[in-house]
Amino acid sequence: MKYSIEELVQRLIEGDKFAIARLISLTENDMSLAQKIISLIYPYTGKAHVIGVTGPPGSGKSTLVYKLTKEWRKRGKTVGIVAVDPTSPFTGGALLGDRIRMQELTGDDGVFIRSMATRGSLGGLARATKDVIRILDASSKDVIVVETVGAGQSEVNIIRIAHTVLVVLCPGLGDEIQTLKAGIMEIGDIFVVNKADREGADEAAMQIEDMLNMSSTFRPNEIGWIPPVVKTSAIYNVGISELVDKIEEHWRFLKRLDKEVYFRRRIEQDIFEALRDKIEQIALNNLKKTGKYDQLVKKVEMKEIDPYTAADIILNNVIHFKEKWTEENE
Amino acid sequence: MVIVVFKDELIEELRKKMEKWEKECVQEELRRHPERQKEFKTLSGIPVKRVYTPLDVQHLDYFKDLGLPGEYPFTRGIHTTMYRGRFWTMRQFAGYGTAEQTNQRFKYLLKEGETGLSMAFDFPTIIGLDSDHPMAVNEIGICGVAVDTLADMEIIFDGIPLDKVTTSMTINAPTPVLLSMYIAVGEKQGVPMHKLGGTVQNDALKEFIAQKSYVFPPEPAVKLVTDVIEFCVKNVPKWNPISISGYHIREAGATAVQELAFTIADGIAYVESMLERGMNVDEFAHRLSFFFASHNDFFEEIAKFRAARRMWAKIMKERFGARKPRSMWLRFHTQTSGVALTAQQPENNIIRVTIQALAAVLGGTQSLHTNSMDEAWALPSEKAVRIALRTQQIIAHESGVANVVDPLAGSYYVEWLTDKMEEEAMKYIDKIDNMGGMIEAVKKGFPQREIAESSYRFQKEVEEKKRIIVGVNEYIDEEEKLEIPLLRVDPEVVRVQLARLKRVKESRDNERVKRLLGELKRAAERNENVMPYVLNAVRAYATLGEIMGVLKEVYGEYQELIIF
Amino acid sequence: MSSTERKIKVLIAKPGLNGHDRGAKVVARALRDAGMEVIYTGLRQTPEQIVETAIQEDVDVIGLSILSGAHMTLLPRVTQLLKEKGIDDVLVIAGGIIPTEDVPKLKEAGIAEVFGPGTPLKTIIEFIRRNVKRKR
Repeated sequence: MKYSIEELVQRLIEGDKFAIARLISLTENDMSLAQKIISLIYPYTGKAHVIGVTGPPGSGKSTLVYKLTKEWRKRGKTVGIVAVDPTSPFTGGALLGDRIRMQELTGDDGVFIRSMATRGSLGGLARATKDVIRILDASSKDVIVVETVGAGQSEVNIIRIAHTVLVVLCPGLGDEIQTLKAGIMEIGDIFVVNKADREGADEAAMQIEDMLNMSSTFRPNEIGWIPPVVKTSAIYNVGISELVDKIEEHWRFLKRLDKEVYFRRRIEQDIFEALRDKIEQIALNNLKKTGKYDQLVKKVEMKEIDPYTAADIILNNVIHFKEKWTEENE
Repeated sequence: MVIVVFKDELIEELRKKMEKWEKECVQEELRRHPERQKEFKTLSGIPVKRVYTPLDVQHLDYFKDLGLPGEYPFTRGIHTTMYRGRFWTMRQFAGYGTAEQTNQRFKYLLKEGETGLSMAFDFPTIIGLDSDHPMAVNEIGICGVAVDTLADMEIIFDGIPLDKVTTSMTINAPTPVLLSMYIAVGEKQGVPMHKLGGTVQNDALKEFIAQKSYVFPPEPAVKLVTDVIEFCVKNVPKWNPISISGYHIREAGATAVQELAFTIADGIAYVESMLERGMNVDEFAHRLSFFFASHNDFFEEIAKFRAARRMWAKIMKERFGARKPRSMWLRFHTQTSGVALTAQQPENNIIRVTIQALAAVLGGTQSLHTNSMDEAWALPSEKAVRIALRTQQIIAHESGVANVVDPLAGSYYVEWLTDKMEEEAMKYIDKIDNMGGMIEAVKKGFPQREIAESSYRFQKEVEEKKRIIVGVNEYIDEEEKLEIPLLRVDPEVVRVQLARLKRVKESRDNERVKRLLGELKRAAERNENVMPYVLNAVRAYATLGEIMGVLKEVYGEYQELIIF
Repeated sequence: MSSTERKIKVLIAKPGLNGHDRGAKVVARALRDAGMEVIYTGLRQTPEQIVETAIQEDVDVIGLSILSGAHMTLLPRVTQLLKEKGIDDVLVIAGGIIPTEDVPKLKEAGIAEVFGPGTPLKTIIEFIRRNVKRKR
């Protein structure tokens, strides 16, 4: 089946699963194609509530996402799920297994699940994930869940994309709560103690509340939102409805915020990140092709120039290239 | 008090002589031609030396570590006369297609000389689905017999008197239902419960680790296991209500050490669960039985079986305070390894099975199933299963190994290896204890991870030709054409089975079934023993799927852990 | 950031009720080690679920593992569903316990190759690399 991008986009807006899947693959693999696709679908985005789910391995995130999705479906919402799994740094391959937990949802037309590998490039993943979310958004999914593992910097970058961030922990990870990277505690909007049927659930919830009380760096743009701690037992369907209520409460809270403070800032962030991605891609790729990149790196290595000067040189070349293109493409 | 097996002077002299031998004779030989490998290891990865001598078994205390046959710690066998009294039971796993076809195969095997029945169910039955369930329709009768109601069981055992045979049923989560059906068939034949003999596998924990025909989550699954054990101990005293299995764990990729360790750890978990129910250990322990694989590494398998007996005896006595000797017996069934058999040059499998069967016999198994040569292709054809049975009969009658009890005892290598197996397995058991026991370990994914690692490592070794499999990575026949007849399951099975199920559902008292299912549900919710209620429902021709459906409502369904 | 290399995406699926997954997991791991992106469906999948997953994940290859003897009904159902959905650029392969005499019919139904017990992992890896249909 060979479709043009335009045809795929048309089918995407109608919600066609094949189109969603194929467009996602195209954006993952080719940034210039990604740009073309995003330019076509952007007008149709901005409706979905994006929810990030993160936390240490073993906390039951996938099962939780599965149960949350079932609850959303009961409430008549359509859901897109992006499950991010790490790529092996040695072989470049990946084993993506989060989907197993949610396989019963395969077959529900109102749910779309996609697994993504990190592919070793932190920045690249954040960019690709953002575009995947836009695609799901344009296909009219009401809720989009991004699930990642761990508390590393790459995961934090992805999670920032979300409107509402769930940090999922579970009892028995007591010490780990202490050592969770500060980044995660700062970006969490709702903290979930899953597997709350186990011993230590109440203590874990209290520990988190204590840490939140001591912390003074909540999401800087969300003045007035105190992250709640919710206990759930995903396997036994306990606390799911309450959690969905809290998620929707947060969404209403965000919508009430001064547009300048929240939504406009996010758009500015999008533009800035697009700019940065482009500089990286256009500048460095083109430079690398001409061999100038290696020359520059060598010069910095030899201390002939400093990194700031190198950056200036690259920027000048970017402008130089751009001028050429403007002339040609006007 | 240590009883010295070898005199001190002998040990000293031997030590000196060995040093000289290593330095001179061996080195000279090695210079002429080196050994085939730098290192030799058992299939489990235990390094083995060139030769074993009294030096390797000096620490052995005959009475503490070996004992006499039939005496603690039972290393040399649980019975005093072993096969001199009675051969192991020759029990070939069988079943496919319709109840009638399985009945035929049972009768064929009994005629050819097998001494116990062993029943294989199809996949829908194994996971508690009726043949008319949407996911079942493609798999009815294909790898075992389809059983939906008591009506099927009646046909399977038609003309087979249950007071004259013992039957082993390979069933796990649906055990309460299938056991009830067997009991009900016995009732119809006029054989009361207390006269029935046989086994149900009923081992939930290994399902999560290996066989994966689980239905319920770990805690309720174990509760049902203990329901069956308690019921049988009181009402079906000749029955083995559990077959704590290592076979599947081994087939899934575990090493012999892991097989031994995880099986014993499962056993420990079940004993603890029974004790938590308030029973005394000597009330039930004598009815626990085990099930192991027998693989190609001949001596490792024999050592494994002997170590298993000793470990279990010590655990039952020291850890659980058992007083009756029977509570300390590790009685086991063995099946030769399926995964060790090849699709290439299938006739070779007859030889493999012979070696594996011999190991099981020298290891003192109570009953044995030998695989057929077409294991890697299909269910056994009549010809293939007959050869498999003959293998056992030839070992029994022609080889002489059954005429002496534990003939390999005292072999320096075998005794050293037995000790080593116990030592390595205990390391795992200690680790599992530290995790909070096997149920916790399973929930954490520990045994599953170990198995995933072992299976991947083994495959790599085969690909790198560090392990040779004849016909597969060496001595290959490029032009090979399969020349053995294969069993085919008649697709008519589907029509026959669905028609029967429909008839049963139409002709039974549906009101009564509904009422009994309701009583079962309430009993399960009250945490009572479900067996009497399941038995009532079965007698009224409630279906397997209906009964399991009720239990699923109460206990939920298990979600697999994702482990590679 | 350079555009990411297009990896071969493989779906490893277990159709039917059979729970023997040692082979499927070993193959999944080997494919990962060979640099492919592997999605594993877990046990007890219907052909419908498998095809739907293949669509959503936009895979290049579907690997079906089955040891229960039900391959003649389940595997052709997968290829049939793919055809119905108009998907013609996915390579479908199978492994497990499948008698050689059944292989020709399976190939007619659209299974590109059957890899039985004893097949070296690198044979499977090479076959995939050589026969993947979508350009990368």
